[in-house]
Amino acid sequence: MNVLEVQNLKKEFNGTEIIKDISFEVKEGETLVILGPSGTGKSTILRCINNLEKVDGGNIIVNGSSMIKEYKNSKPIYNNKEILNKINLEIGMVFQDFNLFPHLTIKENIIKPLKYVLKKGKEESEEIAKKALEKMGLIDKIDSYPCELSGGQKQRAGIARSLAINPRIICMDEPTSSLDPELVGEVLKAIKQLASERKTMVIVTHEIKFAEEVADSAIFIADGKIVEEGKPEDIIRNPKEQRTKEFLKRYI
Amino acid sequence: MNIDKILNIAKILFSGLGTSIEIFIITLIFSIPLGILVAVLKNSKNKLISGIMKLYVLLIRGTPMILQIIFVYFAPYYLFKFSYDRFVAIIIAFVINYAAYFAEIFRSGINSIPKGQWEAGFTLGFNKIQIFMLIVLPQVVKKILPAISNEVISLIKTTSLAQIIGVAEMFSFAQKQSSYNFSIVPLLIAGGYYLVLVFIISILFNKAEKKLEYYS
Repeated sequence: MNVLEVQNLKKEFNGTEIIKDISFEVKEGETLVILGPSGTGKSTILRCINNLEKVDGGNIIVNGSSMIKEYKNSKPIYNNKEILNKINLEIGMVFQDFNLFPHLTIKENIIKPLKYVLKKGKEESEEIAKKALEKMGLIDKIDSYPCELSGGQKQRAGIARSLAINPRIICMDEPTSSLDPELVGEVLKAIKQLASERKTMVIVTHEIKFAEEVADSAIFIADGKIVEEGKPEDIIRNPKEQRTKEFLKRYI
Repeated sequence: MNIDKILNIAKILFSGLGTSIEIFIITLIFSIPLGILVAVLKNSKNKLISGIMKLYVLLIRGTPMILQIIFVYFAPYYLFKFSYDRFVAIIIAFVINYAAYFAEIFRSGINSIPKGQWEAGFTLGFNKIQIFMLIVLPQVVKKILPAISNEVISLIKTTSLAQIIGVAEMFSFAQKQSSYNFSIVPLLIAGGYYLVLVFIISILFNKAEKKLEYYS
């Protein structure tokens, strides 16, 4: 079953089309990686899925609910707040620069949304926070502030916070790009663990080897279009298109 | 001037200090929330709302406070023959004035919070008000505390302007005592009182800043 369908997505910034007609789908339990050169709109796709950017064309369907209600004069009309809020909670987001809340402990970072958005009680929230942090190997940092954590720990805390609201899909926007090289491994390992537990994920990454290991499918994007799609090992080891070959040359 | 006389003057001035502190505290209680509201509205995407707020801040910061005080108290009388309590007029004038300055401080603080904080809040399902109250505002307070302390210190001294429309605060007593006794001593005593108050305010703000040092 498809938990996420992106249909003919279009997005422009100041009249320049950044995303030109991109479609893909993600099945329950599947990990999709989005590869491609910088500045080709990979992050923008995730931002549209998270409703951080408004689309200019196409549609995004999450677990059967459609973000766009209709088109009027070829302008998208979004569905009502209730539907969008429901969709919002089905999608988690892990940011490149973590975006933890610096004034709150790691535990509070995780608990606040549980308390204020999902209206869960204190004990249940703490239980969920502990579980998420245990999974990310951060239970000993539960009462630390983000500024006391290393980059890798911050990102794992970011993943834990996203996991805690139990979304159907977790989007990760270059989760290791702001990390020192020696800290990349621990974050990739944590993501791999989620993949092995069949958490549905869409990951934008430049870590080619990781992509091959973790993903069930991959799309390669350049100039706002899908150049190639399929099994990650096929795209990475036997790219068909010239554009893909050029890109991968730099990594392998 | 003997010591008894000085103590007596100090006592008389002290009896006006209550009014000065009342103006100070009531102004803070109303002008800080109002300042936050103005800061948020000034950032509004609605051009009319943000335009009105810009005009408000421009008028208040662009004209002398003494004019504003006189206007607030006398304009209703000249225009509608409506007169009201002087103390209330002072509070209104002070709140309107200080809210404009607080608004600018809060606005700079709000704008300095990275967009990612709003975005993370949004993807976690918080609504805008929750993001502002739970995530943005606490961080803003830490950033703007030094600027706020400047305004608060200026406020305690500015309460002396209340005498313009005849509110009997401490400094009006000092001036009266000064001319009555033909002496500078009452003014020096008044200065001493302000100094002590500012000293206490500074200590409180230092404590607050220390308390917020737990994160960076």
